[in-house]
Amino acid sequence: MSGDIQFHFKLRRQGFQLDAEGGLPASGVNALFGVSGCGKTTVLRCIAGLESDVTGYFIINGERWFDSDRGISLGTHQRGVGYVFQETALFPHLDVQDNLLYGWRRTPNEIRHNEPQHITGILGLEPLLKRNSADLSGGERQRVAIGRALLNSPQLLLMDEPMAALDRSRKKEILPYLERLHAEAEIPIIYVTHDLEELISVADHLALMEAGRLMESGPIATMMVNTRLSIAMDEDAGALISARIERHDEQFHLTQLQFAGGELTVGRIDRPIGAEVKLRIHAKDVSLTLEHPGATSILNILQATITELVPQGKSRVIVRMELGGVPLLARITRKSESVLALRPGMRVFAQIKSVALHA
Amino acid sequence: MTEADLSALWVTLRLALISTIILLLLGTPLAWWLSRTQNRMKHWVEALVALPLVLPPTVLGFYLLIALAPGGIIGGPWSVLSGASLAFSFSGLVIGSVLYSMPFVVQPMQNAFSQLDGRLLEAASTLRASPLNRFFSLVLPLSRRGLITATTLGFAHTVGEFGVVLMIGGNIPGETQVLSIAIYDHVESLEYTQAHLLSAGLLVFSFVTLLLIYRLERRGTTRSDGT
Repeated sequence: MSGDIQFHFKLRRQGFQLDAEGGLPASGVNALFGVSGCGKTTVLRCIAGLESDVTGYFIINGERWFDSDRGISLGTHQRGVGYVFQETALFPHLDVQDNLLYGWRRTPNEIRHNEPQHITGILGLEPLLKRNSADLSGGERQRVAIGRALLNSPQLLLMDEPMAALDRSRKKEILPYLERLHAEAEIPIIYVTHDLEELISVADHLALMEAGRLMESGPIATMMVNTRLSIAMDEDAGALISARIERHDEQFHLTQLQFAGGELTVGRIDRPIGAEVKLRIHAKDVSLTLEHPGATSILNILQATITELVPQGKSRVIVRMELGGVPLLARITRKSESVLALRPGMRVFAQIKSVALHA
Repeated sequence: MTEADLSALWVTLRLALISTIILLLLGTPLAWWLSRTQNRMKHWVEALVALPLVLPPTVLGFYLLIALAPGGIIGGPWSVLSGASLAFSFSGLVIGSVLYSMPFVVQPMQNAFSQLDGRLLEAASTLRASPLNRFFSLVLPLSRRGLITATTLGFAHTVGEFGVVLMIGGNIPGETQVLSIAIYDHVESLEYTQAHLLSAGLLVFSFVTLLLIYRLERRGTTRSDGT
């Protein structure tokens, strides 16, 4: 039953103005992405009804939570959101179990769609239930905060940089839980982040924010290769590809993947055959030749059609290609562009030096 | 202790208990409002509440005496409604005590409320807790120390009250004669043994009360340091 989310929030604060308008699918993980201070968190707070003096509207699956023109504004406690705060905001006077059940106890029976046992299971919280919330590590606190929000049986889960306060190893601890959550939860999630890696790991849909405005939004794979956007043009740019595990090569410890544009061979992935994986191919790891290079140490050489050439700075060019409908980016020098006389429509061979695995 | 002393003790305890209950009922919402409001009237109200801290009790007592008199702004309507006089009555003493002890109740609560992390309240509101529900499930338990301090100070301060009672209560045994007045009476009549007994009693009571408060506050501080 995936409907959609429509919103427009206008808000003026000292030195900051929010005017964010847009639509998002009411399913999957929608990432709100942008630099610090662009208004991502403020949008979440507006959705939850935590900001005052806002004008505009918010509609989810046809339900109007807020509409300043019609004088509608549900109180935060009536909106049925789950909100995971950056700094967790666990209640210090309650133990883990009572924190988890705070929202659940206040949720009418007929609305409840998450059971405590199930959620504590997914998030691995059983051993913590009787612990004092002040004695938890950062990663544990964040898991409790996520569990507490889910047990509120929300219609929409809002997550504000839930991993920003965690170090690398803690992030690694949380990510698998988020991925399980993503796979199991049927509710839409709006996920605020300024971390590209995190974004790629969790998001299906991406909305870009800049200076209080919603610039563009779309499916993440499309957005990553949209050369009008900075994420497709910066140092880390790269295409995102969904592939399926075809077979494992035990002799050389490799895995063969199948995707719409062909086949890829990567280092052994510890997943069963048939499993879906998300791959990232960085533009800087792709080089181009006009003819098949023949004998080479590079395993993945795919034929593609150039769709676009966009200069990046003075010396480099981002080449956008398509193979079987799947877009790919390569970053080459302007000199190479000129030597190879590249132009849109040409068939080239893309040599892929490395592939990063994301979930 | 003589019967008159026992009766003074009983009046004192009753007065302190009733005043403290009324103070908590009035003071809690007032302290909450003061801790959250951006209203310009805030400072006016704060100053008004704090007045008994700096005014001589006789000044407050004098104006209360006028207000509580049968023709006064409180005593007038009161006598119409209840047929009784407020001046020199137990009810009048309660009104005086409530005003006089107000800052001792409101200020610790206001401090506790303003130290509350607003993000916790926001988190609770996203978890379906209505404002009133948040107040009882979050604000009160998290402000426990401030509430205990406020209650104890309010009670102890009412027990130790003298000037205001002298002005508006008179000295009616069993009705308005409280311990501090009884001590004054004993001293005036040169009954030093009895004055000693009551004075030492109040002294020990006050000291123990303050000791308990300070111990409680220290325990709370070390706990919030995470030790």
